[in-house]
Amino acid sequence: MLTVTMTVNGQKVAKDVDPRTLLVQFLREQLNLTGTHVGCDTSQCGACVVLVDGKSMKACTMLAAQADGCEVTTIEGLAKNGELHPMQAAFKEHHGLQCGFCTPGMIISAVDLLQQNPDPSEHEIREWLEGNICRCTGYHNIVKAIQHAAQDMRS
Amino acid sequence: MYAFNYHRPNSLDAAAQALAANEDAKLLAGGQTMLPTMKQRLAMPSDLIDLSGIAELRGVCEDGDAVVVGAMTTHAEVAANEIVRSKIPALAKLADGIGDPQVRNRGTLGGSIANADPAADYPAAVVGLGATVKTNKREIAADDFFVGLFETALEPGELVVSVRFPVPEAAAYAKFDHPASRYAIVGVMVARTGGGVRVGITGAAPSAFRQTEMEQALAGNFAPDALDGISVSADGLNGDIHASAEYRAHLVGVMAKRAVIAARG
Ligand SMILES: Cc1cc2nc3c(=O)[nH]c(=O)nc-3n(C[C@H](O)[C@H](O)[C@H](O)COP(=O)(O)OP(=O)(O)OC[C@H]3O[C@@H](n4cnc5c(N)ncnc54)[C@H](O)[C@@H]3O)c2cc1C
Ligand code: FES
Ligand code: FES
Repeated sequence: MLTVTMTVNGQKVAKDVDPRTLLVQFLREQLNLTGTHVGCDTSQCGACVVLVDGKSMKACTMLAAQADGCEVTTIEGLAKNGELHPMQAAFKEHHGLQCGFCTPGMIISAVDLLQQNPDPSEHEIREWLEGNICRCTGYHNIVKAIQHAAQDMRS
Repeated sequence: MYAFNYHRPNSLDAAAQALAANEDAKLLAGGQTMLPTMKQRLAMPSDLIDLSGIAELRGVCEDGDAVVVGAMTTHAEVAANEIVRSKIPALAKLADGIGDPQVRNRGTLGGSIANADPAADYPAAVVGLGATVKTNKREIAADDFFVGLFETALEPGELVVSVRFPVPEAAAYAKFDHPASRYAIVGVMVARTGGGVRVGITGAAPSAFRQTEMEQALAGNFAPDALDGISVSADGLNGDIHASAEYRAHLVGVMAKRAVIAARG
């Protein structure tokens, strides 16, 4: 057993884990933060994407131990004071989801994109989503939602 | 995943010691290959030695006429680094084309070259730019580093510390990527340097290699037409469901031309 300490959505947590615990298992099973999904478990789909020290990463391809001492933000950590994050609001408004399975990873990935590039072109958005797979929407409304969120967040 | 002991040493010496202490110990860098391999139970290290706590392994610096990249520097850090972007833009572009943003935020240069996947991008840069790999024991020239399929000159207990890339006069990387993973079906790094031209190829064969016939032709005339008439043999090249050996041989010529055109600017 290993003690890991990290700040998850602003709250400090310390827990004992088996070294082989993945970050996504830690979040879902030990912290009950089930918003972060496991789609493929093989580093392909991006359903498990979270922010670690501000950067998007696949929580299924990372040990909880590797996040020791880090700040982690999951989909549950985006809304503030009961108000959706502008990216969440844009996905809702522009229907950027159907079944919603890919959505937490899409939204976190898109938040990372806008941190680095507040005004991405449609092409840049599509390139950025290389690691996020959606089996429902055909991506058009996801891209549209991200474009609108970018606009809202700049203004 | 089988159980293992986890270590995060904060010095190179401590990492080397932990590695030497157990013959089934393995290094962990970004984990983008190691963890999937362990999940499939294709690897079962007794101990994992996480290199992320060793500050000296991370970062980029200029050293004379070369750019030195630490083994634990992520692909995203290389792609965004100002020194790399101004001195060897082809290397920044290569790093920016690896996988997807989340893989680039964790995967590292050292992990990529130590793994020596035949379809990985960095080996083309190491070979094509004539880099030198620095380990905790010695320096290894690019031409001696990649030995075979997933095989390098690294010995047990040896770990990559940094890679020194000489700054070329001009260079470019062209890859025909696998549309799902972005791994190279064929990738070619062409570099014109004071000492001649180098052509490093990945994806095509079991390990990255130089194409000397192209190098000689380009040394005389650094233009895409110089490659006309050079035919690449399919013997010994990789063939799989994505591309036959013959198709890969053809792609070597096409990607080499594209790289020369891009390097001429
Ligand atoms: C979805 C996906 C897409 C990808 N697409 C591409 C692509 O398009 N192009 C590409 O080139 N790569 C691609 N990769 C691979 C990725 O870029 C990483 O480079 C690669 O996984 C290895 O780097 P790592 O830091 O993750 O190493 P790890 O997985 O941690 O380690 C890999 C191996 O190297 C050893 N090792 C690590 N560091 C050192 C060191 N300093 N010294 C000695 N040995 C060491 C480890 O023991 C292990 O055996 C992809 C990966 C994924 C998951
Ligand atoms: S569950 Fe992590 S990438 Fe699919
Ligand atoms: S909305 Fe169903 S997978 Fe994207």
